[in-house]
Amino acid sequence: MKKEQGIFSQHQLQISVLLVFFGVLVLFIIGSPQTFLSGNIYYAFMSNIPFFGILALSLTLVVICGDMDLSFPSIMGFAGYIFTTAFHATQSVGLALLFSLLVGLGAGLMNGLIIVKLRLPSLVVTIGTQFFWAGATQVLSGGLGKTLVPTKASSLYPLFVGRIGGKLPAQMIWMVVIAFVLWLVLNHHRFGAHVYFTGDNPHSARVMGVNVDRVRMLIFTQMGVFAAFAGILASLEVVYFWPTLGQGYLLKTMAAVFLGGTPVTGGVGTIFGTFMGAIIIGMLEAGIIAMGMTGFWTQLVYGLIIVVSVAMYSIMGRRK
Amino acid sequence: MAEPSEVLVKMSNICKSFGHVEVLRNVNFEIGYNEVVGLLGDNGAGKSTLIKTLTGVHHPDRGEIYWKGIKLEDYSVAKARDLGIETVFQERALCEQHTIWRNIFMGREIIKVGGFIDTQKEREETEKIMKELMGFTSSALSVDSEVRDLSGGEKQGVAIARALHFQADLIILDEPTTGLSLSETQKVLSFVEDIKRKGKSAIFITHNIYHVYPVADRIVILDRGRVVGEFEKSEISLEELVNKLYLVAQTGSLNNQGATPSSSGSGKDDLQSLMP
Repeated sequence: MKKEQGIFSQHQLQISVLLVFFGVLVLFIIGSPQTFLSGNIYYAFMSNIPFFGILALSLTLVVICGDMDLSFPSIMGFAGYIFTTAFHATQSVGLALLFSLLVGLGAGLMNGLIIVKLRLPSLVVTIGTQFFWAGATQVLSGGLGKTLVPTKASSLYPLFVGRIGGKLPAQMIWMVVIAFVLWLVLNHHRFGAHVYFTGDNPHSARVMGVNVDRVRMLIFTQMGVFAAFAGILASLEVVYFWPTLGQGYLLKTMAAVFLGGTPVTGGVGTIFGTFMGAIIIGMLEAGIIAMGMTGFWTQLVYGLIIVVSVAMYSIMGRRK
Repeated sequence: MAEPSEVLVKMSNICKSFGHVEVLRNVNFEIGYNEVVGLLGDNGAGKSTLIKTLTGVHHPDRGEIYWKGIKLEDYSVAKARDLGIETVFQERALCEQHTIWRNIFMGREIIKVGGFIDTQKEREETEKIMKELMGFTSSALSVDSEVRDLSGGEKQGVAIARALHFQADLIILDEPTTGLSLSETQKVLSFVEDIKRKGKSAIFITHNIYHVYPVADRIVILDRGRVVGEFEKSEISLEELVNKLYLVAQTGSLNNQGATPSSSGSGKDDLQSLMP
């Protein structure tokens, strides 16, 4: 233990995530220079990464709090359905957005209430609600998708998924803003401190006056809201709602959180780590194909990078 | 025994049952100003229930609690803390993966505006606390040291300093020396002496009379939900206290003079278990 800790030991994890990012980037530049030395691939990343990146940022709070949420892909899909239905009923993107976010908030709050009030494990409850919301979406939509092309006429459309300067996807700006707000809350607000304490030792937090139950309920509620928001963005990007919206995001989102150095044991973790973790995961798929490998390699490389990174963080944590 | 006007806390005829099990039976318990009371008793004696009643965790079935002569109504954990009752729990109630300064202000953060924490002030205050209350002058420790890197005695120091910092009038220490080495135990005992020096009161709950005897002003023995003995330290030697504890353990009261550690073959073994 040193009184004056260096920058590296204080931010060891964040620096390690950055090193993984640069390692992967250099590998891709060497493997496919014509793709990775052009700006277009990065704009493509910035249009796709935010959908699961926003989910991962929000999930980071849940994991730091010592919990897990597996229901967000289904809440994303259900909120997308509500957005589409409300838009077709009102022709207002603003109202549809409001209804959808409220549904996300309600779904998240429901998770929180069941977990906290009935004292049930979050993993089990959210497996249940994952099936519930996915089923509800399928039943209500009849398994059919619906167009959202008329939303393009709304002045709000470019605010969410437009292209700033004709190139920069607006959803990336949303991801950066959300990351900044969550970072601010986690590191400088009383609520963020209580999230860390709850995840580290809920009993200690409770006896020291932290309202652990309220913290956990709010954590699941914000996950519901951000899942709904990601569902709206994903639907608007392709101007179409499809009933299986969100289903491919579960593992990618979790991978971004763990690759970013937030351990499943709770109590620690960073928004910066998850932000970089999402970018690395987003880069991998395109990068592997650009390097001339088939799509079959994607999952193998995902697995390899995640296991190696998490093992590396764990070893570093023990040596600290 | 302190006069009523000098009593900080008075628990009067406290009864508490869990289901059919009567855990506290008409317990009368007092703590004076600037007094350290050692609360001794075997497992199941009711020590924890009595303390949890005093800290608002449990509500008594019968009986009253008075704080500085005023009867407490609608008593709760929050109210206990507001009054100035702090507990240093056996498990210390620390978040090990976090820094000392974060732990000192856990649940009572210094807020600037809109719920945002004044981290600068918390760190400065912690620096003062470490020097003045904990006596940590070692260059190996800083406010940014994570609690998991501290020794058991240092962790206990953080927990006690936290209680002292918030100007508690009464600090309850639940088994504060359990699992500590000799030097760490010594450090904790000097923290308890500090509590007394600073004019505060403390309840020291323990199994180990050798730890509590040197720092306590008064010893209260609890057995099976009843107060079975109460002694000013000036009235009883350590050896006499050991004998009395042995009697209580064997017979449940202090009246049977026949059973003493020296007259029983197994007594030595029992006494060994009380040794630090």
